[in-house]
Amino acid sequence: MTTDNKNLNIKVEYVTRVEGHGNIVVNVKEGKIEKCEFHVVETPRLFEGMLRGRSIFEAQHITSRICGICSCGHSLASIQAAEDALGVVPTEQTVKLRKLLLDYEFLDSHILHAYLLVAPDVLGVPSFIPLVASHNKTVRQILRLKKAVNDVCDILVGRHIHPITAIVGGWTKLPSKKEIDAQIKILEDMAGDLGELLALAKTLTFPDFKRETEFVALVSDDGEYPLLNGDIGSTDGKRVGKKDYRQSTNEFIDPRSSAKFSKWSRESVFVGALARFNLNSDKLHPEAKALAKELGFKPVCYNTFMNTVAQVIEIVHCYHHALGILKDFKKNGVDYGQQLTVGVNEKGAVPVRAGNGVGSVEVPRGILHHNYETDAAGMIKAANCIIPTNQNINNIEHDFAKFLPEIIHLPKETITLRLEMMVRAYDPCISCSAHYLDVKYVD
Amino acid sequence: MKTENKPVTTAAKPKVAFFDFASCEGCQLQITNLGESLLDILGAIDVVEFREAISEKWDGDYDVVFIEGSIGDPHAEERLKKIRARAKVLIAYGACACTGGVNGMKNSFQIDEIRASVYGKDYKLFASTATKAVHQVVKVDYSINGCPIYAPELVEVLKHALRGLPYTVPDNPVCSECKLNENVCMYERGLACLGPWTKAGCNSWCVNNGNICYGCRGEVSNPAKNANDVIGKYNLKPELIKAKFDMYNKCKEADAK
Repeated sequence: MTTDNKNLNIKVEYVTRVEGHGNIVVNVKEGKIEKCEFHVVETPRLFEGMLRGRSIFEAQHITSRICGICSCGHSLASIQAAEDALGVVPTEQTVKLRKLLLDYEFLDSHILHAYLLVAPDVLGVPSFIPLVASHNKTVRQILRLKKAVNDVCDILVGRHIHPITAIVGGWTKLPSKKEIDAQIKILEDMAGDLGELLALAKTLTFPDFKRETEFVALVSDDGEYPLLNGDIGSTDGKRVGKKDYRQSTNEFIDPRSSAKFSKWSRESVFVGALARFNLNSDKLHPEAKALAKELGFKPVCYNTFMNTVAQVIEIVHCYHHALGILKDFKKNGVDYGQQLTVGVNEKGAVPVRAGNGVGSVEVPRGILHHNYETDAAGMIKAANCIIPTNQNINNIEHDFAKFLPEIIHLPKETITLRLEMMVRAYDPCISCSAHYLDVKYVD
Repeated sequence: MKTENKPVTTAAKPKVAFFDFASCEGCQLQITNLGESLLDILGAIDVVEFREAISEKWDGDYDVVFIEGSIGDPHAEERLKKIRARAKVLIAYGACACTGGVNGMKNSFQIDEIRASVYGKDYKLFASTATKAVHQVVKVDYSINGCPIYAPELVEVLKHALRGLPYTVPDNPVCSECKLNENVCMYERGLACLGPWTKAGCNSWCVNNGNICYGCRGEVSNPAKNANDVIGKYNLKPELIKAKFDMYNKCKEADAK
């Protein structure tokens, strides 16, 4: 069906099923696209400003509150930046547990996004609530999986939203033998539900779209799929150390959005699961590789909508990677002598120096950078946090510019839905960006 | 429930909506972490708006609204007042709504100075005012404190709200729960903890996990008696405790005025 879209105005205010607030504005006049924009309209929360004058030992607790979905990711980037500033080198055990936490973060976030927030689009309903009746078994499986990941997080970090035990220097509580076993059991019990959901994922189809862009993610020289450590690399052949993160983000302000925009080698960059897959697919767990092969999913993939498929593949990777870490601890034990509570370092448990540190960690939505400058007493003088969604907003608009002419003949409702789906494919996390998503069709 | 675009409503089911303001939206997410018991709750209420999770929208009145987040710009203040006008019962949901939460730290700075520190010379493009807790803008009927909220308390408050019964947030300090959980006191470990001044109800969540209390549930109404002993016994600097308290409770200063 085609319609006369010589004059078209769309304004989607507060795109739903995304984290944070954003608007889409489309304005077509006499067949010419005058405007096709994605606006971030979140209230500025000014975290970087608020951190000034706080102790570096409070940074993890505060910046975790930037985002409820990726609070573990923010915690890990924050801790990495703080330790870099202080010159603290974490132990092997500490790093391994942080990798486990990151696996949990990916599982939780990707299950939520791929199944509760995106699947309704693919199944043609406005939310998962109608699916309670039509796909009751599937909804129960998703909720059980969410709960299971939440339960392992409860054990490891006290709770998934705003983790308690992961701090600068290490862990305030280390999992007991019993707790290691409990996590293994919970993960193993997920296998059935997870298997059925993966089968469902194989049946989903996504809109056709292709736009070449620069994918940016952590890269490394070892064989592990890099999520916590590595350099910053791109599909355009760039590679810089974390200290030079500003080169890869190149932030600039646009008055339309309260978010900042990013670019590197070309007009825009794409960060997230698709970027990681495109750069590091050879390092995925064999089970994840097998699924990608079965889905016919190969790098470099330029279809934005396939970001959700890349997330499903990462669910498989993180599931097996987490189990591997846990089984290793079960076999080799945990050194409880490393347990540490620091507070604001009243007891001087961690040596403090003036410094400038960077943490760059892959979180579900893409690479996240935290950067702190501290004085000799460990108080924060300046802070900078660059959120994945911010880095993607510019890419979303460039995708819109290519996509809208390709779908302009469709009914207005379909165009609106497709644009919303495109935004949702990025899994935007707008309150992170301290900023929003709003679709406006203007006359 | 039928699979139509709008949720099917019955006369018996109260219409419930969730709205978010300046926050991390983590308290809303706590709901999706309830697992299958979420379906029992959904069986008792009719969720008519919940932007983060569903696309459905509603233009009638609400029986119960959950407000997450603090208020930090003029547009948000207007939006909150409009929601209040359509809501029979309003629940301030989570620390940002109840006490201003971490967003309150913004109020430790001159507003234009902190805006410019983040956005540079273009800061005026992005409206931002001092942070307010929800009760500092509209009437609040129930509060669910905490950063994040403690899920068992959410279920408790929802049950009270749906039956029209009063719910009182516990006004004893976190220490009372911490003792029952047999934690070693953080002060005995040489670290300053806000437990003696902070409202219980979280089951001493952070201390159970080896960390200190950060005061996210807000101050008990009369902390002096509990707290004086601690300040004296451990020779604490009041500035240290004040700085710690400002992390979640800076907005309280506006109540005192």
